[in-house]
Amino acid sequence: MTALAARVSRPRSTLLRSLGIVLAGALILLLLTYLLSAYDDLQLATGAYYFIVLAGLTVLIGANGQISLGHGALMAVGAYTVALLIGKEGWALVPALIAAVLCTALVGIAVGAAATRLRGPYLAGVTLALAVGLPGLAERFPSTFGGANGLALNPPTPPSALGSSFPLERWEAWIACVGALLVVFVLHNLLRSGSGRGLRAVRDDEIAASLCGLHVARTQTLTFVISSACAGLGGGMLAVVLQLAQPGAFPLQLSLSLLTGVVLGGLGSLVGAIWGAALLVLLPGWSNDLAHAFSLSQNVSANLQLAIYGVVLIGALLAWPSGIQGGVRALGRWLAPRLDRFKPTTGGER
Amino acid sequence: MTLPFRARYGWLVVLVVAGGIGIAACGSSSSSSSSPGVTSTSITFGTHQPLTGPAAPGYSEIAPAAQAYFNYVNAHGGVNGRKIHLITKDDAYNPTNTVNVVHQLVLQSKVFGIFDGLGTPTHTKVVGYLNASKVPDLFVASGCPCWDNGSSQPYTFGWLTNYTIEGKILGQYIKQHFAGKKVAVLYQDDDFGRGGLTGIKDEVPASDIVATRPYESGTTTLAPQITALKASGATVLVDFTVPIYTAIGQLTSFTLGWKPQLVISNVGIDPTTVGALLKTVSKGKASGTGLIEGAITDYYLPSVGDTSNPWIQLFKKVHDQYDSSAPFDGNVTFGMASAYTLVQALAAAGKNLTRQDLVNAVEKFGASWKGPGLVPFRYSKTDHGGYAGVQMGVVRGGTVVQSGAPLVTDPSPSGAITPYNGTQPAPPANGVPTK
Repeated sequence: MTALAARVSRPRSTLLRSLGIVLAGALILLLLTYLLSAYDDLQLATGAYYFIVLAGLTVLIGANGQISLGHGALMAVGAYTVALLIGKEGWALVPALIAAVLCTALVGIAVGAAATRLRGPYLAGVTLALAVGLPGLAERFPSTFGGANGLALNPPTPPSALGSSFPLERWEAWIACVGALLVVFVLHNLLRSGSGRGLRAVRDDEIAASLCGLHVARTQTLTFVISSACAGLGGGMLAVVLQLAQPGAFPLQLSLSLLTGVVLGGLGSLVGAIWGAALLVLLPGWSNDLAHAFSLSQNVSANLQLAIYGVVLIGALLAWPSGIQGGVRALGRWLAPRLDRFKPTTGGER
Repeated sequence: MTLPFRARYGWLVVLVVAGGIGIAACGSSSSSSSSPGVTSTSITFGTHQPLTGPAAPGYSEIAPAAQAYFNYVNAHGGVNGRKIHLITKDDAYNPTNTVNVVHQLVLQSKVFGIFDGLGTPTHTKVVGYLNASKVPDLFVASGCPCWDNGSSQPYTFGWLTNYTIEGKILGQYIKQHFAGKKVAVLYQDDDFGRGGLTGIKDEVPASDIVATRPYESGTTTLAPQITALKASGATVLVDFTVPIYTAIGQLTSFTLGWKPQLVISNVGIDPTTVGALLKTVSKGKASGTGLIEGAITDYYLPSVGDTSNPWIQLFKKVHDQYDSSAPFDGNVTFGMASAYTLVQALAAAGKNLTRQDLVNAVEKFGASWKGPGLVPFRYSKTDHGGYAGVQMGVVRGGTVVQSGAPLVTDPSPSGAITPYNGTQPAPPANGVPTK
């Protein structure tokens, strides 16, 4: 009986388990969007598109051992694709988002192929150049990309079946959360599959991995492409939520804060990406409050957020290198034996 | 055999998460009032301003000046018994930030309306949202012709003179006074610069315009543009620039040894601001307003240097009392004049106030409001544009000196430019407008 219960609650098949996680997540998020105020729904949507990017980045950095300082630029590719297709060509939302994923994946193939030939700081340098240079293209070709002014698009309209008073913010949160859950499903499966083990094998020892028959360069390029596709989807969602694609949304500091989010959340872990996304959404507000509390001048408070990112990143790497999720796991390990005393004895047999 | 923590204590995690959601829900639940941001004793507006970033020099003084005038009004009992609150958010002149802070103001701070949102590239990104949410969007601090559409954007009103009108009047001046001379135009590559260029082209013969060069807001150099404009052989340079680029452009012209006759849009001329910027960008080598001396410009509010004007006296009094840390310049009078117009609108909208009432009041009474402006407003049911014209002026000794009579027109290419003969009344005795 208990064995059956255990099997039902924790299915053996990775696919079923991913599906279970996604369904549970969908239920919680659905509930959340109804409980939250309109503004918090918007924050949730923001968090969801950050999560999509961070999840892809955490697979790239944490699981495959590559680095990218250019994911902000890849988000820009996705955002501009969506803005051009919806705003100028009149495409529907879903095909535009799919196109954003494909376009960014194409860019990812180019960058990823170069990335396999580079290591450590050189790879960081190339991707950094991407972050600095790519958004500049928008200003170089203002007739296509709208220059500094950017491209605006109309807000997504909730289907009429939901009623005329259905808030736009909740609809945006739904769109972004569906994207996030899709990414969870794909990446959760990937990380627990043979290919996922391949990613980690390449990360840990390239020579050993190639001796095992893994194609190192192909694995690395593929990971970069998957990670880029996520960044493209996240960027597309950003364009939908902000109804705007504009170079000011993708400054260098976006790429850096994405990296901060991934490291602080916990490298290589999808739950860590949730922590990271929450941080990216909440930190600007906190830094504003801090600036107000100390009544700092506007010029100081405008830069405070960047300074906080830097300080927290350095501090975390020194004191807490496995990030928030690492801390949660450590807490779990510490709590487990202490909580055992309060638990009825039926649980632990299998 | 012990299971991993997750397997045994999954229930605990679910409990904690559920608890967290419950707390979050309690925290976010709030009473929904029919008209947000207004009570019988207070009314709250929000604004987005470039307190930092490329447009901050000068423009960052506008919101504190408006706030100072509201403080003055509040000290005199407010409007219809309501104290006016203004929440100022910094968007650094970055449209993405503008979208974020305006969402925050409307959804989180629950403001009654947006007032004096600054900038063309910034505000264009929130107009759709504000109108869809039926939030009054009063007196946008930008002369983009794009605010002037009462039918598709019923909640948005411009305030300052539309850039096309300004360009037309500047263009007519060039046509009359610099006939046959070669004209070059430096403009910001957005609706502000392009709107101005449209107006210039309406009036100046195409054969006289020998070169036009755009620049992107955020760039750090204008050397390529100025070099090209100089090479065109032009002797008249028209600037549709924000103050920092007026300064950078003039410094570049100076180093290249080019001294054209300047014609500068009202947006980028405030002598105090440009003078301070020239000093900063030249690292102290240029001081004062020597590099813009003799520039032709236009204005729609009395010049700050006109100390005999009763409106300037009123604003100086308010400035000294509530905003004395800022220099008293054109940005300060801009902020206060705009705030004065909002108080006029609130007074006209009456004691029982909804968002729609405020919009109706501007449409119905706006064209008849007298105030610090040198020309009348164009407000009507369909026309949401601000001031109908400008007064020509010239920079002399660090201040703008009047030249000729105020002129009014409309933004259409065929609209005639006519002198405005109305007089400017003195402000009410206590400095607070009533209906």
